[in-house]
Amino acid sequence: MLAEYWPILLFIGVATGLGLVLLAIGLLAGPRRPESEKLSPYECGFEAFEDARMRFDVRYYLLAILFIIFDLEIAFLFPWAVVFQHIGIVALIEMALFLLLLVIGFAYVWKKGALEWE
Amino acid sequence: MGEQILNQVVWPLLHIVAIVLPLVLAVAMFVYWERKVIGWMHVRMGPNKVGPLGLLQAFADVVKLLLKEVILPTNANRFLYYLAPLLALVPALAAWSVIPFGDRLVLANVNAGLLYLLAMTSLGVYGIILAGWASNSRYALLGAMRSAAQVISYELAMGLCLVCVLVLAGSLNLTDIVHAQAGGKGLFDWFWLPLLPVFVVYFISGVAETNRAPFDVAEGESEIVAGFHVEYSGSAFALFFLAEYANMILVSFLASVLFLGGWLSPFPASWGWLGQGSFLWLLAKAFAFAFLFLWFRASFPRYRYDQIMRLGWKVFIPITIVWVLVAGCMKYFGWVSVGTGV
Repeated sequence: MLAEYWPILLFIGVATGLGLVLLAIGLLAGPRRPESEKLSPYECGFEAFEDARMRFDVRYYLLAILFIIFDLEIAFLFPWAVVFQHIGIVALIEMALFLLLLVIGFAYVWKKGALEWE
Repeated sequence: MGEQILNQVVWPLLHIVAIVLPLVLAVAMFVYWERKVIGWMHVRMGPNKVGPLGLLQAFADVVKLLLKEVILPTNANRFLYYLAPLLALVPALAAWSVIPFGDRLVLANVNAGLLYLLAMTSLGVYGIILAGWASNSRYALLGAMRSAAQVISYELAMGLCLVCVLVLAGSLNLTDIVHAQAGGKGLFDWFWLPLLPVFVVYFISGVAETNRAPFDVAEGESEIVAGFHVEYSGSAFALFFLAEYANMILVSFLASVLFLGGWLSPFPASWGWLGQGSFLWLLAKAFAFAFLFLWFRASFPRYRYDQIMRLGWKVFIPITIVWVLVAGCMKYFGWVSVGTGV
């Protein structure tokens, strides 16, 4: 059964190889004439500031956390969706309860304004 | 031993080439088609100088991109800067290994196909965020933050859509999912009908996932020039470009496989050869979706960022959560007939 996955591994290898070859062609075949103006980060002609890795809005961080919670929920739903018809009505009700808990959490997040981007 | 190598390595490799080569050609032709279609919608000619009808334009662009200088900006992290385009490209190509092009016409007929697809499409976001961070440019960083937040937001809605399909099909295997849509009634057996809202949400999420117009704030030329790949040039940019278009075509194929019956014919099985399944049906469906991408781009103005986030979180996620339960009831109480294969 695991042998079914072997072509996928090969495919990933081929895709990586293709990417590396294209990148290598570009690096080898293209000219290389560096100068300080060309290499400075693009900022519409202004003098670039020293470091662009600045602080960013905390909401992105919040969003990432919310994403993890909901993505885990989806990860739980996947096995359920495959087998629930063999288990019967119990599985359906249980999943409805599980989703209800998450919807309560979702409503809380919504009410708190974590999803607002003004 | 020699025969084993032939079976284990050479044949799969040939199959892989038979997928990747047409895919790369399809990307080239799709870029040409995009410029042509948008040209027509703008009442312009589109590219028409290179080769007959401009057909060789895309190839000329590829050669040009490969022969240009790849710039490494000052203070950029060299390793991550070169790794990012690879990380964008590899999942975009590798996801194709589980797509069923026809009955038994699939490279890896794995049981967890849908899960694998979800994993691969999730990996694309690493390329974006690494590209933005590694290039040490403010535009790139801002674009990467926006893009990553947008992609993960729509991934939730997309994942829930997949769960709905899964509930009806009862299998993670993509070939089985297509078989579950087979029946005597042609296109009325497909999942788009019982899952209509989910189908719409899925395709729109797909557009947002690939950062295409009208959800292209990540690139937003008028605000942050080109977003996460602003510092990339030459072949490194070509990789991002290839990945983006391969992803668009992937979403088109996936929407066809999951909701429009893959290779199945839209006509009832009793209609003779017209009712037979064929790779050409899948191609036609995917082409229609791919055309929608271009149509959207020519028609809609760009969304504002807060509108995008509102649509993803406050509209799509509630719709899909509700529809997971609706689909569960449909399946349990037998409101939809799900085929078990032909």
